[in-house]
Amino acid sequence: MAKSDSMTLPSADEDIPKLKREMPKWAITCMSMGLVIAGWEFFGRDVNPIFGSYPSAIASAFWVLVKNGQLLAALSQSLKAFVVGYGLSVLIGVPLGLLIGRSRILEAAIGVFITGAYAMPLVALVPLLVLWMGLGFAVKACVVFLMAVFPIIINTWLGVRAVPKTLIEVGKSFVASDFTILRRIVLPATIPYIMAGIKLAVGRGVVAMVIAEFFTAISGLGAIIINAANAFDTAKMFVPVIVLMVLATLLNSFVGFVERKVAPWQVELSGRDEG
Amino acid sequence: MSDAVQGQVSMADVSKTFTLKVEGKIQVVQALKSVSFDVKQAEIVTLIGPSGCGKTTALRILMGLETASRGRVSVGGKQVNGCGYDRGLVFQHAELLPWLTAAQNVMFGLEMKGMRGGELKDTAQRYLELVGLKDAANRRPYQLSGGMKQRVGIARALAIDPEVLLMDEPFGALDAQTRETLQGELLEIQARTKKTIIFVTHDLDEAVLLADRIIVMRGGSIQETINVTLPRPRGDLGALRGTADFAAARYKVWKALHSAEAVH
Repeated sequence: MAKSDSMTLPSADEDIPKLKREMPKWAITCMSMGLVIAGWEFFGRDVNPIFGSYPSAIASAFWVLVKNGQLLAALSQSLKAFVVGYGLSVLIGVPLGLLIGRSRILEAAIGVFITGAYAMPLVALVPLLVLWMGLGFAVKACVVFLMAVFPIIINTWLGVRAVPKTLIEVGKSFVASDFTILRRIVLPATIPYIMAGIKLAVGRGVVAMVIAEFFTAISGLGAIIINAANAFDTAKMFVPVIVLMVLATLLNSFVGFVERKVAPWQVELSGRDEG
Repeated sequence: MSDAVQGQVSMADVSKTFTLKVEGKIQVVQALKSVSFDVKQAEIVTLIGPSGCGKTTALRILMGLETASRGRVSVGGKQVNGCGYDRGLVFQHAELLPWLTAAQNVMFGLEMKGMRGGELKDTAQRYLELVGLKDAANRRPYQLSGGMKQRVGIARALAIDPEVLLMDEPFGALDAQTRETLQGELLEIQARTKKTIIFVTHDLDEAVLLADRIIVMRGGSIQETINVTLPRPRGDLGALRGTADFAAARYKVWKALHSAEAVH
């Protein structure tokens, strides 16, 4: 019954000639990293090793820390706290953000605390948390949680507010319950915002982990940093710093990967070219 | 509910006021002023009028998305109280859920109605075929043209087998050719399914081509009701446009739209 002209779909295997060949994004990233590292090596060698360091010195310090097992042990201690704190912040932050965004009462009642807590100078509170929870794993996970949870809540909340009213009405027109609308319409529509919050939280969570370890100075990558810094071993101090930067970058691309898996339509809609 | 009233729609003395706050001042807007009309089973009624005339508000009240400030609204003899599966709404811009495929969008309403399993898939497929989208079942909305999206919107509303199809300017954003194709298809589907259709539009030609009866609205009330005597089935809509009957009906509606003093 449909006229055939309006049914024509572009066939998937149609070969459209590319107008220009572009350098892939990863190649540009590698070149830029190579340049920065080479420049740092070149100029860094002239600096007093207490005031600065350079890539090859950091690499040999890295190798020493890997061989004596110190780095791996510290990394696993830090990561455990990070995974628990960060995981909890996602598990609690996303549902809470959804609820605040959908409920006028919750928004008015606790929205103000969330916004305030987002700007909370957490560093000042770490000693207090240490008093409450000791110097171990719990306090680290808690600090990571407190740093990571608020951007997740706030982004989810903003995302819910941005869901078009008409999409909610689609649910209503089919007599869907509030909970069904939340789960089947509001949640998927909010995923881009949630993912942005989760990405923001990676960086904040990593920083939080190190801050907590500075105060406890007993275990983890933060402890290596603070102990090396106190011993004026600058090259050694840079090793965990670099490891953390690499880690946060990898986690970010992992979250991006998850996003493309759970929300492939979003990539298409925004026309972003990932890869 | 007896068969006699199935698919009948009735609005009796319905008024709707909105209270808005405009730049700090509270304004009361009367969107509908005691509007009354009845629609028979399998009838197609178009509501036409300038923007702000209340036609969309009337449709939303029938759907149950808004409640009337005064008056009675019933569908199939039952008082309207919120949304229900006896009514299916086709939205102005289709409003498909972008993360679902065409088939899943059609299934959404069916799932809400409680359908599961194989029956769910078969029903969705059947309605996609009805609107001519059998081969696009697995495409997501961003892979569909505007006309195809609106076909999915129609299939989604029809799939729950409502008594009444409510359509809110569904073809307003489409190009002229696609719009005419869809108008023809809608009439064919209606001839087969015998659904009652209430269709909001601001397009004169569309109002005449589709309707058994046209309700012209202005300033929140019904200005005139015009019976369209064109034959049914309407057949080739393109040829119909050339007939004297079409021109006469169109002129009647045009006069009704332009006669009254502007209410703004």
